[in-house]
Amino acid sequence: MSKLALVIDKPFEEQSKTAPHDSILPLVLDGVCFDINGHRLLDRISLTLCHGVRTVLLGPNGAGKSLLLRLCHGLLQPTTGRIQWSDNDSRRLHKKQAMVFQRPVLLRRSVAANVAYALAVKGVSNDRRRPMVARALEEVGLAQLARRPARVLSSGEQQRLALARAWALEPEVLFLDEPTANLDPGATRLIEETINAFHRQGTKIVLVTHDLGQARRHADEIVFLHRGRLVERSMAAAFFKRPRSDEAKAFLAGELLD
Amino acid sequence: MNTLKNQPGQGLAIANVNLRGSSTVPPAQTARMGALPGNREEQPLRIRHPAFRMDVMFTQSFGTAFELIATLDAQLFAIVGLSLQVSVIAVAVAAVIGLPLGAFVAVFDFRGRSAAIALLNTLMGLPPVVVGLIVYLMLSRAGPLGPFGLLFTPTAMVIAQSILVLPIIAALTRQTVADLYGEYTEQLQSLGVGPVRAIPTLLWDGRYSLLTAILAGFGRAIAEVGAVLIVGGNINHVTRVMTTTIALETSKGNLAIALGLGIILLALALAVNAGALFVQGVAQRVEGG
Repeated sequence: MSKLALVIDKPFEEQSKTAPHDSILPLVLDGVCFDINGHRLLDRISLTLCHGVRTVLLGPNGAGKSLLLRLCHGLLQPTTGRIQWSDNDSRRLHKKQAMVFQRPVLLRRSVAANVAYALAVKGVSNDRRRPMVARALEEVGLAQLARRPARVLSSGEQQRLALARAWALEPEVLFLDEPTANLDPGATRLIEETINAFHRQGTKIVLVTHDLGQARRHADEIVFLHRGRLVERSMAAAFFKRPRSDEAKAFLAGELLD
Repeated sequence: MNTLKNQPGQGLAIANVNLRGSSTVPPAQTARMGALPGNREEQPLRIRHPAFRMDVMFTQSFGTAFELIATLDAQLFAIVGLSLQVSVIAVAVAAVIGLPLGAFVAVFDFRGRSAAIALLNTLMGLPPVVVGLIVYLMLSRAGPLGPFGLLFTPTAMVIAQSILVLPIIAALTRQTVADLYGEYTEQLQSLGVGPVRAIPTLLWDGRYSLLTAILAGFGRAIAEVGAVLIVGGNINHVTRVMTTTIALETSKGNLAIALGLGIILLALALAVNAGALFVQGVAQRVEGG
């Protein structure tokens, strides 16, 4: 097994100046491991995610990117290690995060009802929901389709609806797990525009992708994973210009990592 | 007989029978005697046919079925109506309990869950006569529910059928909801939806598939004879339903009437299922499955 170079910068903490006073960030991962049936899928990940910076988790398939995202979002619990937000109230934590999956999971209801459901769960009263739903659908360009059953939308529209649902929740942190993996360029562009809109709103973006182009377009910082290990973490510009680890060099050069 | 004489349902039945002047025998006994060949005291259906040969039996029975419907035979409508009424109420009761119960087993990971699933699946095949017998014992004068005087009433039949249908609806619901939950679980967890809140969500989103579960229950209820015969007693005008009438007429040799009723029963089941399939088909087209 090749020796993994662990190269980590730590200038990011200073960037979170604009964080709101009740922010749940930063998110600190400390020695996080995740095992399934004795196989170590994530190995001693330590990482701090801060406000205002778009973080892209990059790496080849099977590197553990999606797994790490799920651990951050709380869908999975680490086998060992610690995942700590700056807020300990689990209800508040839930309300301030949203996640968009690779394959959107939509309820078998209308487009508008899908967004309204998320708001209802969050505890938004009935009469306040309607304008919020309308605004969220407007944002992703689905206002015309509000009454259509969600399941008959095209894949791109379904993913935009998933983003609208997240938009309505006004999260402080948005996790995206390869949101455009199955989409054509046109649909991808619409999704990426919405991701940018989230960023402008001050939402912390944590994006998983193995698409270098997308990483270039969206990353402020890169967290590069390979075989369940955090190999390199750098500012995006530096990463793409001069990757410091052999694995990242190979990945950027388009070599097939195993 | 003394133990049964004060049942309210019985009194009503006796009054009916006396008015007709055909019998003074208490109805529970009549029902049983009705099964004896040569008992001509019971004449529940007005349309009579002479003895017939096998080769004309089917033609005749179709004829009888249409004749019964075409002449708007009041007694036939009473029997079909009671059949539908008892089965629909039983299925409604079983659905109100079975849908949440099945969803609960699907969503919550509790100790003994595998055993609960195995039990539900096994109970889907409950023998109706056994259920009938147990409900009979419960409702009989000496039983724990005896004071309510429910034996030989439509209510008793509803109770027996609900017990038969409940495991079917619960087991099929569990399967449907478990599949759906597998698809939704991460998204619901992400939205902060706990298992309790997930249950109504999943039941609503599985509504078209669950229709099949309810239909399966209805099919079982409407076609069932053993349990309703035991707890209902097949009392004319009171607890006589299609299946018990078919059994009675068959044993009396009125095969055409029995078959005619059988055809009506099948047609009803077919109509209900076709309707549900139609609803599902439309839903899948409109809602995208």
